[in-house]
Amino acid sequence: MNWETVIGLEIHTQLATRSKIFSASATRYGAEPNTQANLVDLGFPGVLPVLNGEVVNMAIKFGLATQCEISPRSIFARKNYFYPDLPKGYQISQYELPIVHGGQLEIVLSDGSAKTVRITRAHLEEDAGKSLHEDFHGQTGIDLNRAGTPLLEIVSEPDMRSPGEAVAYMRRIHTLVRYLGISDGNMQEGSFRCDANVSVRKLGSEALGTRTELKNLNSFRFVERAIEVEVERQIDLIEDGGQVIQETRLYDPDRNETRAMRSKEEANDYRYFPDPDLLPIVIDQARIGHIAAGLPELPDAKRKRFIADYELSAYDADVLTASREQAEFYEAVVTGLGGQPKLAANWVMGELSAALNREDLDITASRVSATQLAELLQRIDDKTISGKIAKQVFDALWNDGGEVEAIIEARGLRQISDAGAIEALVDEILEAHPRQVEEYRSGKEKVFGFFVGQVMKQSEGKANPQSVNEILKIKLKS
Amino acid sequence: MHRRTLAQLADDLRSRRCSSYELTTHFLARIERHDPSMNAFVTVTADHALADARAADERRSRGDAGPLDGLPLAHKDIFCTEGVKTSCGSRMLDNFLSPYDATLVARLKDAGTVMLGKTNMDEFAMGSSSESSFYGPVRNPWDLERVPGGSSGGSAAAVAAGLVPAATGTDTGGSIRQPAALCGLTGLKPTYGRVSRYGMIAFASSLDQAGVLTWTAEDAALLLQVMAGFDPRDSTCLEEPVPDYRAGLNASIRGLRIGVPAGFFDAGLEEGNRGAVETALGVLESQGAELVGIELDNLDLSVPVYYVVAPAEASSNLSRFDGVRFGHRTEHAEDLLNLYTRTRGEGFGAEVKRRILTGAYVLSAGYYDAYYLKAQQVRQLISQSFSRAFESVDVIAGPTTPTPAFMLGQKTNDPVAMYLNDIYTIGANLAGLPALSIPCGAVGGLPVGLQLIGPHLAEGVLLNVAHRFQAETDWHQRRPPDFDAENA
Amino acid sequence: MSPEDVYKLGMLARLEITPGEIDDVVAKLTDIVAMVDQLQAVDTDGVVPMAHPLDRSQRLREDEVTEEDRRALYQQSAAAVERGLYLVPKVIE
Repeated sequence: MNWETVIGLEIHTQLATRSKIFSASATRYGAEPNTQANLVDLGFPGVLPVLNGEVVNMAIKFGLATQCEISPRSIFARKNYFYPDLPKGYQISQYELPIVHGGQLEIVLSDGSAKTVRITRAHLEEDAGKSLHEDFHGQTGIDLNRAGTPLLEIVSEPDMRSPGEAVAYMRRIHTLVRYLGISDGNMQEGSFRCDANVSVRKLGSEALGTRTELKNLNSFRFVERAIEVEVERQIDLIEDGGQVIQETRLYDPDRNETRAMRSKEEANDYRYFPDPDLLPIVIDQARIGHIAAGLPELPDAKRKRFIADYELSAYDADVLTASREQAEFYEAVVTGLGGQPKLAANWVMGELSAALNREDLDITASRVSATQLAELLQRIDDKTISGKIAKQVFDALWNDGGEVEAIIEARGLRQISDAGAIEALVDEILEAHPRQVEEYRSGKEKVFGFFVGQVMKQSEGKANPQSVNEILKIKLKS
Repeated sequence: MHRRTLAQLADDLRSRRCSSYELTTHFLARIERHDPSMNAFVTVTADHALADARAADERRSRGDAGPLDGLPLAHKDIFCTEGVKTSCGSRMLDNFLSPYDATLVARLKDAGTVMLGKTNMDEFAMGSSSESSFYGPVRNPWDLERVPGGSSGGSAAAVAAGLVPAATGTDTGGSIRQPAALCGLTGLKPTYGRVSRYGMIAFASSLDQAGVLTWTAEDAALLLQVMAGFDPRDSTCLEEPVPDYRAGLNASIRGLRIGVPAGFFDAGLEEGNRGAVETALGVLESQGAELVGIELDNLDLSVPVYYVVAPAEASSNLSRFDGVRFGHRTEHAEDLLNLYTRTRGEGFGAEVKRRILTGAYVLSAGYYDAYYLKAQQVRQLISQSFSRAFESVDVIAGPTTPTPAFMLGQKTNDPVAMYLNDIYTIGANLAGLPALSIPCGAVGGLPVGLQLIGPHLAEGVLLNVAHRFQAETDWHQRRPPDFDAENA
Repeated sequence: MSPEDVYKLGMLARLEITPGEIDDVVAKLTDIVAMVDQLQAVDTDGVVPMAHPLDRSQRLREDEVTEEDRRALYQQSAAAVERGLYLVPKVIE
């Protein structure tokens, strides 16, 4: 039987504010336990929340970037449940009247086609603390530093039909929040987490199947794998005559399986009601207009502009605009180079990206600057050096720094384009390999590559390959 | 000394007829002698108080004492006080030393007042008789077999018995006005948001408001002057200027329109109370005020609305008491669930548990619309009734309570009967209005209160009317006979 | 309201209700619910629910860190602390 997968995502994005959503404690990651938890974060008797204005601005930015409606009036609600990492016994969140709702985002699939995913809503809430399970004589230790960190929970419609689409959407949101500067998107530190609502239905069926919720998927790879195994589990279950139960499940990456969460087994009744300690958030057009005016070019617009202006493939444009910093680096190279956008794209996505990956560096920490790379590519463009030689220069720049021009001169890497010099080299090679010459002339044209290789080797890579080709052809014909 | 009002004591200090140290010593001695019969205090902070009094006297000798400097006070044990036990009348917080001061406490401290101790109260302010405290019931100094009212009963009893010249309280459904009425005091509940709630342990956040219990309206004005005003730590605290309350006390009330709601004089009002309140209204009329009969639609539903909204908010507010970061923790926690259920089962008393369960019920799936949402809608209707009334009258007047102080134990086994005590006071909380109670008569030797309710931020008008009334009458000067002897 | 209903509410609110307490709790909650049931008779069609007595909007705070570490003080009131962490019986996810 053919099954269709239906996926909706709830993405929790930590907003990159200095202080917490309802208190003046720091949000810095990695502090000693409970040193960034003040009376409000700890839920002491008598304390009260006061809203950080910056989180409102950040939510508006997100709403504008995803064509959401910005609610002129939204309210905070209390979500009541007991858990040790939730100090007040309720989480301040938004239930009815979220701050933004009803938007959409275009994603690009692996085959290059585009798809629109609808965004149901995005609401503000406070994060919980952390439970540490290891080594407290069978007890659990609670660190409330993270309690009260601002989150924007972004809820999609169940518009995705494969794990790949889910990951593409998640990447798009990840790119977007970093473009907007509203989150650092750091997944290792938990700044960007995802829950997936997954169900299956018979292909062609309109009704949705029973869904399960997969919790806390904190990497793109886990999202993909968790959904894959969960879909398999659900299909197996149904095909064996069973039924999917609506429940919360946890993905175990070591076993590559999902399992029901024990702590969430009991039916939850969160008893949401408007938080009487907070008044409605009222947002006027002036505030929205001011924020709209300060928005950066968004990834979607940038991608389309790259395709139009630089004649890049959809794939290249997508990769280059994956982060604002990378896109800006790329554009700086193109500007420095004065054209050749495809050459620049190949180098940024190829050599540069590989070097960054090797050392796990962000592009903002690249050891070869955009200016240096532009100079280097200029030397390829004006045929001073070949692409292959340029890689040597790049490595030298990366490892030891310096000037492009100086490295080429010092190492004598300038390309040999002089016809006489190349002719001499060709003659030398042909003379040394009479048997191969004979083979070529008897119709075994594959041997041509051998001659090119030998000439290039002899020239230490400096011979202009195009000239070598031309001269070889003439000489072999005669 | 203990027969003098706060304003008179302030004069005494200013003119050096006595020192803060003498005042403090005198009142501490009275607490020591008389409190055992009343149980008005949970904690007496004698050492702190004497040190603070000395410091106040030093400031005065240097010439930089403020108007309230050196005056002794007590705080209801619902206000967080740094380094001092803050129990909220509960076993849950019996071991809790607050690491910070409530804004109200800090402001009164900054004004130089001397805290003598923390007063007893219904557990988590849930009650109308001060009998639900973990520390035992408070008794009414007018008749020790009777309740002082609640939940600010410790504050009321302490002031009425002359153990302290004034005390703070909180009022969620009448918890300042009702004990003030039953103990013969002036009790002021300001407009919602007029006084910061920061550091006041929350009962029902959309109803709670801090205020004072004093002998006179003038004393209430003195204290409100310091307590009122914006606090950046409370999102619901009003950012509005604070008028000079004392300056307006003597204004004429000629031509003032006083609305008298027919519903406040229904069958539930005892004859003696009705007589005293009607006589009091006659006094105001004789001073030139105009009495206008009004209707307040749906006001009879205040009690059911309140017993949905307040428990709903309370059930959530009290979830933080889980034995992890502060307060009682069970010694019998085998697992996480036990930690919660036993800590809370042991830490909370019966009335608090009932309210938490009621609150969980009215918010739970399937009941939210029928109870919580419905109550919010009726709350809106009640609030609109008040708004309409204030289009034609300046203040509303009526009884504070249907009866004088009742006997200890009389209503403890019937929560609904207990709840109906607050029938006249709850409306002001639902609508967020300022209201006060002043002594206006006596029935069988027990005080009776007159309640005045004003539109938002009309504290000045209420204090003015109360002060003019007190200029014509002497009910506010009467003291419980057993505690009145000058050298007692 | 039945004892089962009350035990369920007790679980939601994490309140232990002992067998000795249950009858009294059931009886009194039943009375309270009967009293608040008066509300059902009111026509509230089209009435906007009133969540708060203040008809004002939320004030916004500047995004500034003004708190310093006071862990030692704040943890004085906790029953069980180790290496700066609050301790609870083992949490099973």
